[in-house]
Amino acid sequence: MSAFNAIGEEREIDRDEYTPGVEPQPTWCPGCGDFGVLKSLKQALPEAGKTPEEVLTVTGIGCSGKLNSYLDTYGFHTIHGRSLPVARAAKLANPELEVIAAGGDGDGYGIGGNHFIHTARENHDITYIVFNNEIFGLTKGQTSPTSPKGHKSKTQPSGSAKTPLRPLSTSLNAGASYIARTAAVNPNQAKEIIKEAIEHDGFAHVDFLTQCPTWNKDARQYVPYVDVQESDDYDFDVNDRAEAAEMMRETEDVLNEGTVLTGRYYVEDDRPSYSQEKHAVGEMPDQPLAERYFDDDAEWERSYDLLERHT
Amino acid sequence: MSDELIWRIAGGSGDGIDSTSQNFAKALMRSGLDVFTHRHYPSRIRGGHTYVEIRAADREVQSRGDGYNFLLSLGDSFARNPQEEAYYGNEEIKPLSENLDELREGGIIVYDEGLISEEDVEAVNLHERAEENDWHVFPVDLRGLAKEHGREVMRNTAGVGVTAALLDMDLEHIEDLMSDAMGGDILEANLEILHEAYEMTKEDHDFEHDLRVPEGSHETEQALLSGSNAIAYGAIDAGCRFIAGYPMTPWTDVFTILSQNFPDMGGVSEQVEDEIAAAALAVGASHAGVKAMSGSSGGGFALMSEPLGLAEMTETPLVLIEAMRAGPSTGMPTKPEQADLEHVLYTSQGDSQRVVFAPGNIEEAYEQTRLAFEIAWDYQIPAIIIYDQKLSGENTNVDVEFFDRDPQPDLGSTLTEEELREAAHDNSGKFKRFNHEDAENGVAQRSIPGQKGGRYLATGNEHSPVGHISEDPDNRVAQMERRLEKLESIRAELDEERDSTQTYYGPDDADYGIITWGSSQGAVSEAIERLNAQGHSVKGISVSDMMPFAEKEVTEFLESVDEAMVVEMNATAQFRGLIQKELGRFGDKMTSLLKFNGNPFEPAEIVEGYEVNLADEDRQPTAQVRIEPAAGD
Repeated sequence: MSAFNAIGEEREIDRDEYTPGVEPQPTWCPGCGDFGVLKSLKQALPEAGKTPEEVLTVTGIGCSGKLNSYLDTYGFHTIHGRSLPVARAAKLANPELEVIAAGGDGDGYGIGGNHFIHTARENHDITYIVFNNEIFGLTKGQTSPTSPKGHKSKTQPSGSAKTPLRPLSTSLNAGASYIARTAAVNPNQAKEIIKEAIEHDGFAHVDFLTQCPTWNKDARQYVPYVDVQESDDYDFDVNDRAEAAEMMRETEDVLNEGTVLTGRYYVEDDRPSYSQEKHAVGEMPDQPLAERYFDDDAEWERSYDLLERHT
Repeated sequence: MSDELIWRIAGGSGDGIDSTSQNFAKALMRSGLDVFTHRHYPSRIRGGHTYVEIRAADREVQSRGDGYNFLLSLGDSFARNPQEEAYYGNEEIKPLSENLDELREGGIIVYDEGLISEEDVEAVNLHERAEENDWHVFPVDLRGLAKEHGREVMRNTAGVGVTAALLDMDLEHIEDLMSDAMGGDILEANLEILHEAYEMTKEDHDFEHDLRVPEGSHETEQALLSGSNAIAYGAIDAGCRFIAGYPMTPWTDVFTILSQNFPDMGGVSEQVEDEIAAAALAVGASHAGVKAMSGSSGGGFALMSEPLGLAEMTETPLVLIEAMRAGPSTGMPTKPEQADLEHVLYTSQGDSQRVVFAPGNIEEAYEQTRLAFEIAWDYQIPAIIIYDQKLSGENTNVDVEFFDRDPQPDLGSTLTEEELREAAHDNSGKFKRFNHEDAENGVAQRSIPGQKGGRYLATGNEHSPVGHISEDPDNRVAQMERRLEKLESIRAELDEERDSTQTYYGPDDADYGIITWGSSQGAVSEAIERLNAQGHSVKGISVSDMMPFAEKEVTEFLESVDEAMVVEMNATAQFRGLIQKELGRFGDKMTSLLKFNGNPFEPAEIVEGYEVNLADEDRQPTAQVRIEPAAGD
C-alpha cells in the first residue's frame, strides 16, 4: 500500500473524531434543522467504518455550505451550486475517498440544478445530501425552487407563481440509483438513511428536510412526519422503479398539503456506478489516479511515442 | 524561380481538404523543407468555401507569407444540391473564384473541370485575369479520373498527382504517407489515381512555368504538428492526467487530443454538462491530488470565471486553456482574434490573480504549457495558456529532439505523510494548510485528501490557517498578502532562474521597435526581416508573460527604441493597454497596428503599416488593417 492510502485500516472510530476542537462553533440559528444533518452524519460515518481522513465532504454556498466547517473530515467548501462537479472529480481522481456532497435547496436544485441532473444521470458513486428547508436562508429568506406555490417573500411579495420542483421525481428521472427523504426531526431514520447512502455504490440522493426557524416559520417540516417504511398505509417495493415513482409523486403532492412522508423511495443495487461503467469502456485506470503521484515506482512514460505519428 | 512554394488546396468543408493537405505538408517536410500550414474554414459541417495553405521553403517559415503561388481548386461537391432552392445555392465555382485575389503573378491554377464548368469559369473572367497576371491554368477532370479508378472522393489524390507532376516532385514521400494511412483496395485505388494523374499531366502539358519545389534537407528528424498538439503534449509531459471540458471551437482540438490519448496512459477525460462544471471538475481532481486541466474558448471561458476564483482562493493548482476566436459573444467561431486578453487577465471577482502565458509558436506552446503546470503546482495558483484559432490549427515542423518526453508527475508544494507529521497543526489536530507564518514566496504547503495528518477545510471564503471561515481583519490581511506575494515570487523566478519566455527579432541596436504577442509573432518576425533587408532599422519583441507581466524585458525594449508599433489582432489595442497599465509610461511612444477582420496578419500588412506609420501619413494602410495613434496624439 502506498503511503498515500489511509484506507483499509481496522480500528474503532470514535464519533468525537469528527468533531473539531473548540473552534469553530456553528453559526446556525438556534432550532435550525441543519444541526440534525450534522448530527446524523457524525453518527453515520463511524458506523459506516470511515475514518475522518478518508472522507471528503464537499459543500456549496448557504447555511448548508457550512456543514464541513463543523465536521472534522477533509472538506471543500466550494461555490454556489458547484459542489457536485467538484465532488465527482475528486471521486474519479481517487475512488478510495468517501465523497459526500451537500448543499441547500437553492444551491443544489436552483443554481446547481444542471449539475444535479447530470451527476444523477451518470450515477457517480457519491452521496448527495440536500438540506431542503424550502427557502434561501443565508441570503435572508427568498423563495427557493422548493418553496410552495403562493409562497410570499421579499422577492416574490405577491406570492410565488411557480410550481415547486419535485426533487425526488427529478432525481429518479435523471437516473439516481438511491433516493430517500428524511427529516431533521427524525434523527434515527436520518442516521440510518445517511449510512445507507454512504454505503450505496452509486449516486445516493438524500433530500433532507430541515426547518428554518428564522425565515420559513410556516415550513411544513414541523408537522408530524410519517415513515413510509414503518407505516402500514404504504406498501411498495423500493427496488421497483414504477412503484417508487408513484410513491414519490404522492409524497411530493402531500408535502404541499402539509403531510410529510419520509423514507427510502428507490434503491437500485445492481446498477454499476459511473466509474465502473467508465472502467468497462476502458476510460478509467485500474489504480486510483491520485495515488500514482505518490508512488515512486509508478511508470510515467508515455504509453507510446506520440510524436511518431507526426514525423 | 520562386524560392518558396505556397500551395493552396480549396474546396468544400467535408471534401477532405484537411487530411490531404496534412499529408502533402508532411511529404514536403520529409523531402527536407520547412513547412507552415494555414487553415481557413467556415462554421459549417459540409460545403462552403474552405482552404488550407502550405508554405514550404529551404529556410525557416513562420507565417503563411503574402499571397500564394499554386492553387489546387477541387470544386465544392456539397454545393451540388439536388433541391434547386437549396440554402447554399450553386457554389461549385467558389473554390476557384474565391481564391484568385491573393494568387501571385506567375502562379499556377489547377481546377477540377469535372466539377467546375467552362461557363462558370468564363463567368468569372478567369482567362482574362490569367493573361493579365501570367497565371498558368490547368483544367483537369480530377473527378472523372477518381471515379474511373476508384471513388469520386479520391479526386484529392488526383489533384496531388497533378501537383507533383507540375512541380516535378518525386512521388516517393507521398506514396509512403498513403501506405501509412490506408491499406487494401483503398490504398491500391489511390496509388493508381496518383500515378495516372502524374503521368497524364506529364504527357499532356507543356510546362512554361518555372515554379518548382525548392530543394532542402534537414539534419535531424522533424515532426509536423499544430499548436493544439503542442499544448496537449506539453500537458502530457507535465504529468497532467485529468481533463474536463465542453466542446467549443477552437479549444476542442486540445480536448480531443487528450481525450484520445489519456485512456492509454491511465488518465481520465470527462466531457461534462457545461464549462462551469468543466473547470469545477478540474478543481476537484486537482484538490484530490491529480494534475488537472480544463479550458475553453471565449464564451465558455466566461463561465469558468467562478471556479477560477475558487481555485485561487483555495490555492488549488489548476491549468486552464483559453483558445481565442473572434468575438464578442459567439463572434466568428472559426476565425482567429486576440481580443480575449483583458477577459483572461481580469475575469473573476476580487483582487484575483493568476498566471497567464501567451505562446507565439508551436515550440513556445509546448514549453509554456509545461511551465504553466510547473508554476501552478509549485505556487498553488491557476495558470492560463491563452492562444488563438490561428496557432491552434497551424502546423509547422519542429525538431523531434526539441521535445523532452519525460512526464513530470511532481505535485510541487505538496507534502508527504512523513512531512505532514512534522508540519504545524492546531490544537484540534487540523493541519495548518494556509499557514502564513512559515510560508515561503507566498506558498503554504498543502496536503491531499486521504493523507494522514493532513485534514483541513478548503474554502472559497476567506479563511484561517486551518481553513475555517474567518472575517478577522488581521488574518484577512495576512492571507491576502501571502497570496499576493506569489505573483511577485513567480516574476522573480522567471527573471532570475529561467530563460526569457519572450522572443526577440532583429538587431539589438535598431531604433524602431515592433511589439507583439501570441500568434502574430510569425508574421511580425518575417516583416522585421524584410524591413531590415530594405535598409530600415527595426527590431521586435514577442511577449509571452502576460501575468506576471514581462516588466523588465518590455521596459528595456521600449527604452532602447525611439518609437514602437504594437501589432495585435483586435480592435481595442488590448495589449498596448496592458503595457501602459503595467509600466505606467511609454504611452506616447507606442502606436498600434490592429487587424480584426477574422484573418491573421500577413507580413506585407505589417511592412505597409510600418511604412505608413513612419511616414506619418494621414491614411490607413489597407482597408483591413487599422492604425491607432499613440496616446496623446
